[in-house]
Amino acid sequence: MTTMLIRGGRLVDPASSVDAHLDVMIVDGRVAQIGAQLLPADGMEVVEANGLVVAPGFVDLHTHLREPGQEHKETIASGARAAARGGFTTICAMPNTEPAMDSAAIIDGVLQRARDVDCRVLPIGAVSKGRKGHELTELAALRDAGAVAVSDDGDAVADTSLARRAFEYLSDIGIPLAEHCEDPAIAQGGVMHDGAVSARLGLRGQPAAAELSIVQRDITLAEAAGAQLHCCHLSTEPSLLAVADARARGIHVTAEVTPHHLCLTHEAVAGSGDDLLYDTNAKVNPPLRTEADVQACIDALAAGVVEAVATDHAPHAAIDKQCEFDAASFGISALESAWGVVNSLVDSGRLTLSEAIERLTIGPVRAWNLDRGDLTGLGTLQVGAPADLTLLSTDAVSRVEPASWASMGKNTPLAGHTLVGVVAATISQGRIVWDGREH
Amino acid sequence: MVAEQATETAMPPTATDATERVAQPSRAPFDEPVTDWRQRHLLDVDTLSKDEILRVLSTASAMAEVLDRSVARTPALRGVTIFNLFYEASTRTRSSFELAGKILGADVINVSGSGSSVEKGESLVETLNTLSAVGADAVVMRHHASGAPWLASRTIDGHVINAGDGQHAHPTQALLDAYILLQEFGDLTGRKVVIVGDILHSRVARSNLWSLTTLGAEVTLVAPRPLLPAALAPGATEREHPLSLPSVQIESDLDRAIVGADAVMALRIQNERLKGKLLPSSAEFARRYQLTAERIAKASPDAIVMHPGPMNEGVEIAVDVAHGAQSRIEAQVSAGLAVRMAVLFLLIRGGA
Repeated sequence: MTTMLIRGGRLVDPASSVDAHLDVMIVDGRVAQIGAQLLPADGMEVVEANGLVVAPGFVDLHTHLREPGQEHKETIASGARAAARGGFTTICAMPNTEPAMDSAAIIDGVLQRARDVDCRVLPIGAVSKGRKGHELTELAALRDAGAVAVSDDGDAVADTSLARRAFEYLSDIGIPLAEHCEDPAIAQGGVMHDGAVSARLGLRGQPAAAELSIVQRDITLAEAAGAQLHCCHLSTEPSLLAVADARARGIHVTAEVTPHHLCLTHEAVAGSGDDLLYDTNAKVNPPLRTEADVQACIDALAAGVVEAVATDHAPHAAIDKQCEFDAASFGISALESAWGVVNSLVDSGRLTLSEAIERLTIGPVRAWNLDRGDLTGLGTLQVGAPADLTLLSTDAVSRVEPASWASMGKNTPLAGHTLVGVVAATISQGRIVWDGREH
Repeated sequence: MVAEQATETAMPPTATDATERVAQPSRAPFDEPVTDWRQRHLLDVDTLSKDEILRVLSTASAMAEVLDRSVARTPALRGVTIFNLFYEASTRTRSSFELAGKILGADVINVSGSGSSVEKGESLVETLNTLSAVGADAVVMRHHASGAPWLASRTIDGHVINAGDGQHAHPTQALLDAYILLQEFGDLTGRKVVIVGDILHSRVARSNLWSLTTLGAEVTLVAPRPLLPAALAPGATEREHPLSLPSVQIESDLDRAIVGADAVMALRIQNERLKGKLLPSSAEFARRYQLTAERIAKASPDAIVMHPGPMNEGVEIAVDVAHGAQSRIEAQVSAGLAVRMAVLFLLIRGGA
């Protein structure tokens, strides 16, 4: 029997509306007791949390782990270490691996490889075989193998008839279709947002309409089929309005935004000086948008239209970014800067601390109905819940230094930026997986 | 000193000036160090001040005198190694850069995308490191990816000259266009310049926007909506964005825009863009946007016609207009050589 006491911290558990100085006792990987000034038993490991917020471990609905197939970018183990450092104790792994996670056998393999890593890994299955967009995968078999959602992320399910059948078939499978909302017929290979900066830089632009087109189509299809649509990484104001409107009409639509779409605009591609940067670390899909879009993402998150911050952690090797902008890979390594970005919004008064933590914990859990079976209590700190916790500083200021990250992907346009908020320690299933506290 | 004289004039010569100057004996004009040039690279014209643009153009007119000599050679860049790194096909830009370097006495080495390590999958950064390692003093670069010369400027030690990057910039084309326009009009303040055609995909249009507005011209861009960047379309948000292209007139009707124009510049349009996917047809494009004699007649009587080449005669420009009295298209090609000599000279002999 392993036991641990986390004491002296400010417990913030949005699921149970708790915000108080309470201690947490863990026994065998589950929360055993919560109370004021609990006393440690003999031999119990004590974690001091004075001055820190104690929150449920974060749940990321959108992580790219690159294994199998691209282990030079990230492995399941390195991605899980990065998650732990970022305060995440559960991450959902996107299926755009090589081969794609389009069969029960491959999902099983990923789960095997994830068994002893530093956080819980929940796989997402592919919608179409090989993510090619032509034939449906065995969606029920994927669910039974452990897939918590299906997605062809990286690409939309562009074929409308396939998307229609996927929603219909999923209506009684009980897992969402997590859509990468980008209409390729409109995006046409655009490498950044279609706007003032792309016009200046001579880069092909991806119009906001490419996102809205798929959001609207999928709302229509999900409504007709009675299935759940989950919109990944929304980035534009019109899409967010469409989701709010659909929700108000009772359609089962959920949505996420990424940390980078909450803090950066398309200007990051050009930089602020005379020298045009063509910063490939700011190349991401969906692209960084306008200031109005950033504000709309923050507003939608605060209002609960968007229930989850998801990282879209997309690690790449240096060589994938040290090249021409057109040739560079899309994606931002995001697990280890997520808390700083979200808490900076708390610091600037855009979100309450409870809202910020909610969108990283119980918000995503409810969005995908993950609170079931072994995972009962996930995203909360209630007695019986998994002992997944993160200890957070809400006022420590730090510079983003990817060289010191656990992720193999150092690709972030936030490098050198100053953020407010640090993940001090993370406990995953009762085990300390990250401890950056000053002793 | 001819070069200094030219600086004082601060303007390329009008036809009369040029005649006067050619009459003067030219003593080795490029031996003195250049002390008033501070740009290390020429990536685009957006970072050049009006004075800097005029400095290039006055140097170019001095270079034009060298070209008028019976033996057009000067050793101003002797001992200098210039690499022409061309990832895209080019006739006039590449040959004029090559000739410019050779006339100035430099060693010029051509590297193209085919027949080099590029074909074996070598990355751009590796190729640039290689050129740096063998001692390239300057790299003249044409690349299909917008921004590639900026990457080069951060990678190599030598000077980088952008000879056209993707759909982004073509600074020496803009400078030679300015040279022709100043030769014609002396001063561009208030002069009306119309640029018509495929603005969206045109690096020539983008660079010209910067130099022409810097020189005081009133620029109008004319294009059907699919050939216009979204940010320039009517009703676009962010028109006042700090990173925006210069604010100019946007017009979809050439017949209206061309009235009273002092110069009309047609842009090349690729045939594959006229096959019904982007625009209905070549004939439909010609009906609305071709430079015809009838349309040129609506411009100012002294208006000149320009085109960066290569032309699709009968598509964006009528044959008789391309070769008519108002056309400066051949003069543009000749000016390209002098301007590129000036650019190489100023960057390499300048202080940066």
